[in-house]
Parts: sequence; C-alpha cells; structure tokens
Amino acid sequence: MTFLPVILWSDVLIWLLVLAAIVLGVLSSRNPPLRAAWQRVGRSRPGMAAATVLMAFVLVGLLDSLHYRPRLESREAGQPVAYSVEVLSLLDAMVTPLRTRSEKTYSQPLATRAYTKEAFDVRDADGSLRQVRDFPRLKFGGAHLGDDEARRDDDIVKRVLAAEALACAILAGIALGGSYLLARRHACSARQIWSALWRGELSVAWHAVLATLGLLLLLLMPLAVLSVDYHVFGTDKVGQDVLYQILKSVRTALVIGLVTTLVMLPLSILLGILAGYFRGWVDDLIQYLYTTLSSIPGVLLIAAAVLMMQVIIDTHPQWFATAAERADLRLLALCFILGVTSWTGLCRLLRGETLKLRELEYIQAAQAFGVSDLRIILRHILPNLMHIVIIALVMDFSSLVLAEAVLSYVGIGVDPTMISFGTMINNARMEMAREPMVWWSLAAAFVFMFTLVLAANLLADAVRDAFDPRLAGSS
Amino acid sequence: MLAYLLRRSLYAIPILIGVNLITFALFFVVNSPDDMARMQLGVKRVTPEAIAKWKVERGYDKPLFFNAQAEGVGVLTDTILFAKSARMFVGDFGRAEDGRDIAREITTRMGPSLAIALPTFILGLYVTVSFALLLTFFRGSYLDIWGVVLCVALMSISGLFYIIGGQFLISKLWRLVPISGYSGGLDAWKFLILPVLIGVISGIGSSARWYRTIFLEEIGRDYVRTARAKGLSEVAVLFRHVLRNAMIPILTGVVVVIPLLFMGSLLTESFFGIPGLGSYTIDAINAQDFAVVRAMVFIGSVLYIAGLMLTDISYTFVDPRIRFE
Repeated sequence: MTFLPVILWSDVLIWLLVLAAIVLGVLSSRNPPLRAAWQRVGRSRPGMAAATVLMAFVLVGLLDSLHYRPRLESREAGQPVAYSVEVLSLLDAMVTPLRTRSEKTYSQPLATRAYTKEAFDVRDADGSLRQVRDFPRLKFGGAHLGDDEARRDDDIVKRVLAAEALACAILAGIALGGSYLLARRHACSARQIWSALWRGELSVAWHAVLATLGLLLLLLMPLAVLSVDYHVFGTDKVGQDVLYQILKSVRTALVIGLVTTLVMLPLSILLGILAGYFRGWVDDLIQYLYTTLSSIPGVLLIAAAVLMMQVIIDTHPQWFATAAERADLRLLALCFILGVTSWTGLCRLLRGETLKLRELEYIQAAQAFGVSDLRIILRHILPNLMHIVIIALVMDFSSLVLAEAVLSYVGIGVDPTMISFGTMINNARMEMAREPMVWWSLAAAFVFMFTLVLAANLLADAVRDAFDPRLAGSS
Repeated sequence: MLAYLLRRSLYAIPILIGVNLITFALFFVVNSPDDMARMQLGVKRVTPEAIAKWKVERGYDKPLFFNAQAEGVGVLTDTILFAKSARMFVGDFGRAEDGRDIAREITTRMGPSLAIALPTFILGLYVTVSFALLLTFFRGSYLDIWGVVLCVALMSISGLFYIIGGQFLISKLWRLVPISGYSGGLDAWKFLILPVLIGVISGIGSSARWYRTIFLEEIGRDYVRTARAKGLSEVAVLFRHVLRNAMIPILTGVVVVIPLLFMGSLLTESFFGIPGLGSYTIDAINAQDFAVVRAMVFIGSVLYIAGLMLTDISYTFVDPRIRFE
C-alpha cells in the first residue's frame, strides 16, 4: 500500500453525523408533518440559497475528513515499509501544490515578490559581487512568468476570463442537465420546466439554487485557476498559502458546529423528556442539575474545563502517536465541553413541551391502555418534540462557529497547531500593527467565516419558519 | 415581597453549593494537585521535592475531603475542599500565583470593568430598542426587510472582527482616539469611547431582531386594535402601549445580565488593554492560574443568580398583575 489509512476520532463522528443526517432524512420522509415542514424549507428561496452555500462548505469539510499517512520513499529495496508521521487528508492530496509551495514569509495576494525587503548578493556584469536590498522574487508565486514579471497583470486577466468562461459552461451544463431531469420527473417538456423555473413555480426553489450555484462558480472558478500559479490570498508569516489555511479551517468550524450537537442532543433529549414525563423527584433533580450548570457563565466554565483538559493532555504524552491525533483529541474535548455547557437551554425547552404533551388525551389514553412508559416516550412523545430539536440544531450551529473563534483567541479553543478561523485571526491580529499592514489573512478569514455563518443563519431562519407551528400558520 | 426574596435566596444556596462542588471536582478530582504542579513547573524542573514545595506553598498538600490526622473539627476543615472551595462563600478566594490576594484584586478591577460595561449596556439597550421600534413602525416595507437583512448580516460577524475593524478604522486610520490603554479619573473617556461604541454596534444585530419579533407579537393583540380604534396615532400606540407591554419579555433577557456587568467582557478588555476583571480572567487563563479561574467561576455564578432574582423583582415593577405571595 502506498498509504496507511488513519481514522481520527473526529472523522468517525463526522461520518456518523452524515449517516445520522441520512437516517433523519428517511425518517422525516415517512412522517407527514416533518415531510411537509421540509417541503416548506424547500420552497424558501433564502433557505435553499443558504443550503447550497453550506453544501459547498460541507463538501470541503468531508473531503478533509478522510485521513491517511503517505508511505515514505525508501532508498534501498528490502527495507521495512515506513509511513510519514504527517497525517494528510484527501483534501490535502487534492491541493498538494497549495500545501507544499510555501514561501519564506509574507507576500501579498497574487504577488510575485515578497512583502519585505531583504539584502542579497548580486553578481554584476563584470563579475564582482554587490549587495542590494530589494524585494526578493517569490519561489512559487508567479514562477511560470520567469523574469517577465510585467506580464503578470495580463496573465491574471487572461486566466480570470478563461475561468469565467469555464464557469459559465459548467453552469449551463448543470442547468440543462437539471432541467432535463426535472422535466422527466414532472413528465412535461423541458420548455415548460424552464418557464416554471424562471417564475419560481416549482415545489422546490430550484431557481435560487441555480443562481447561488452560478454565483459560487463565477467567484470560485477564477480563484481555483489562479491558485495554480499564484498565492491568491497571499501567504502568512511562515509563508504558508492563506487559501490553504482557509480550506483547512472549514473542517474545524464544521466539527465544532456539528459534533458538539452530537454531545448535546442525547443529554438534553433524555433528561428533558425524563424530567417532563416522570415529574416528581426526577424532575427536581434534573432541574437542579441544569440550573446549577447554567448558572456558571459559559466562557468561564469552558475555560476551567479546557485548562483541566490541557493538564491531562500534557501529563499523558504517551497516548498520542502523532501531533494530529493530539490536536484532534483536543478538538473533540472542546466539542464535548461546549456540548456539556450548552445542553441546558434545549433541555429546558423539551421539558416544558413534554409537560404539556403528557397531559394530552392521546397520551392519557395510551397510559390507560397500559402502554409502557418507554413505548409512550418513543412512539408518542419523541416524534412530537422533533421540530424543537431540529430548530435548536440549526440555530446552534452558527453560534458555535462564532464561539470557536473567540475561544481560540482567549486561548481555550482548538490546539494552536490546528488551523481554524480562530487561530488564523489570532495570528493575523498581531500584524495589524505592522507598517505597511498585513491585511489579507484577516480579510480572507473574515469573508469565508462571514459567508459560512450568514448561510447558516439564513438556513436556520428558513428551518425555524417551516418547523415552528406558531409561525407556520402565519406565513 | 421580603418573604419571597428570602425564599429565593435560600433556594440559591443549594445551587451555589452545586457550583462549588462542580468547580472543586473540575480542579481537584479530574486532576490531582500533583498533575497541576507538574504542569506549572514545566517538564525540566519536576522533582518530587519541587512538587511537594509547590503544593505546600499553595496549600494543596492537604487531603481532599477528610483529614484523618487532624483533631476535632480539623478533620473536615483542614482539607482542600474546605480551605479552597468552601471558604469562597465568605469571600476568601486565596492568593493568585503572583502572591496577591484575589479578593482585593477583584475589588480594584471592578471599576474599570464597570466603566465600560455599564455605558455599553445602557446605550446598547437604548439603540437596539429604538432600532427595533423603527423597524416595527415601518413593518412590511422595504426599510423593514432590509433592516432585518442588516441584522442577520451583523449577527454573522464574529465579535473579534468588530473590535479589530473598529480599532483599525477609528484609531489607526482616522487617529481619533488611542488604540488601547486606560487611565483613572475623568481622562478615561477617550479610552472608553471606542470600546463602548464597538460593544453597542456588535450587539445590535441579534438583539434588535429579537426585540422586533417581540414588538410584532404585541402589535397583533386586541388592546392595540382598541387603542387604534380610539383614534390614537401610530406613534402613541407604539410608545405608550406596545413598548410598555413588550418590556416584560425584554426585561427577562436583559435584567439577568446586569450583575454580570461587573465581570466585564473578556474580548473587549483584552483588546483594549483595560485593567478590568475580563482581562484579569484572560491573563489567568493564559498563565494557567487555577486559583483565579476558580474564583471567577464562583463569582460569575453568584452574580448570575443575583441577576435571576433581580429579574423576578423587576417583573413587579413593569407588570402590576404579578404579585409574589
């Protein structure tokens, strides 16, 4: 084998979440109220546009969640096979040029020369050595231009135009293929589908999806084409490409936003239903538990827990084979801590709803028939709480992504070696004081984080409007 | 009223004991004092003697719950649980790593924290409520729609960017106020104006949107229709009727944070170099000063519980229907 698959704990959880999403999809397609609610989400234009953007992020995150260790080239035959200690992901393999081509230090976006002057020796025509101070040529940024740096602007314009043409072609392909498939499903002509699509008359807001997809393609395609030979977003202090860091940050943000809910859900669902259904001392105990936990300000509890986890990690170095595994465990521990500190709100909601539900006639009837408590909870109560759970899930995602950046800044976030939006901002913050300023890392982190959180917020709104019975009637 | 307050305070005691036990478990049971000593001393200097000395200096050399060697009440009081956790109830927080008394440090740092948090809170509440009222007044129009879009966009920006952007624009580019720092007395205003401004702006998004939903809910009620039928102007309806009734749900979310204002804001204070409790906490986290973090967790929960009680009291002022029996 040329590589050794590495299964990080967070990978397992991420793929488990994908599985859970599929199961949830199947379950909701069988449950009429849930199916109707999802159809309402499908009709919402901002919701579908946001979902398209989020899918792009999720795709990057999933590609970055298949890890392996490449085999080291052994110089002599017959040596035992050795694998690199560096853990790479499928995404790393796909963007190898971005990962490996690092410069010495800062360079501006699309630059061919470094950002700071350096002294180096130049051999004159007569053969004598002379020292000059100049901006050194970058090793990789625009290397294909050779000495002809003046050609750079021409080259960039040409590439952008070519990329846009390619993007338009792909978009046209998707539109034609999609409308053909839709026409077959609705059993009508492609022209009818097209006019329905334009006017937004289909049951799913496909025109919003198409428009978003087009926008994404038009924006990202030039980035992709230019990144082959340039550092599109510049390089950071150690010369690493900022675009690569952005791509890697996506996974960290998704893990924090999604895996945390995996920790939070079982706790809040189980305890919320138990408290609401059994009342009495069970209710008192669970209420006491969540009142106590929620009365500690979140950041402080997280700080205390992360500090203690750091002690454990530092005193047990023998647990981790690679640095990636250590960083991964810290990430998971952070998710766990965030989950433990944030389940109380949902638990309180679910308890209140269960208290209301258990007084309804159909549950009283089930109890009178002697149906067991477990069965009542699973068959009658849990499905009627699902809308609250789904709303809470999507609402929490964006706040968790934002929280990661703040926590990493405070020093209680992800491992400093792990690339995330928080560590990127933290590293770039120091450079604001430089003259002239290094702005590109911050700008890139801002744009991508903003897009991710905005999309999550828009989708959350659409989902809430569709699932909340109080709001569903009004619209 | 007094009886109710007394009962509420009694109810707070088990919660505080719970908080105390959670912090104790986090700091002393999950990791033994030996682990903490090893971490603090660094790998190189770890010898059994150094660890023992570290523990004696900080009073961590006692048994956790039960001291069999002590006499009388000492069996219970001469333990880490009593000395480090239970004594927090009487305001004894022990000493920080640099040897200073934590309780004194907290009282001196409360001032700067409050100097930022209080104006931010009052101004923020004023601005967001007015903005939400404006959106409600123009409900259904383009102003409303784009106002909500603006709110969602503002919500999606990380707090870090508000601070970095504000510092860059106002202090570095326009050179209006110093980037960071603090001074006591009346000179403080020029250091405070930027953090307060940023604090207000960063809070607009989520709160204004939430208040707008509350206002819209109230505006559909019968009493509003009655008010309009009486011939009241829309402005009078909004300010005299809707605003007053909407204050009840708004207060629930707002009053509870008032005591927590003493704690200051971690981000703002550390970015602007303000010697308040927020930056104290951050410094303690970075220096892994366990005693300070422990103390802040405890104080934070005391203040939160005080906030819950304040919320209950404030209900009686805005809603005369609520009485405490």
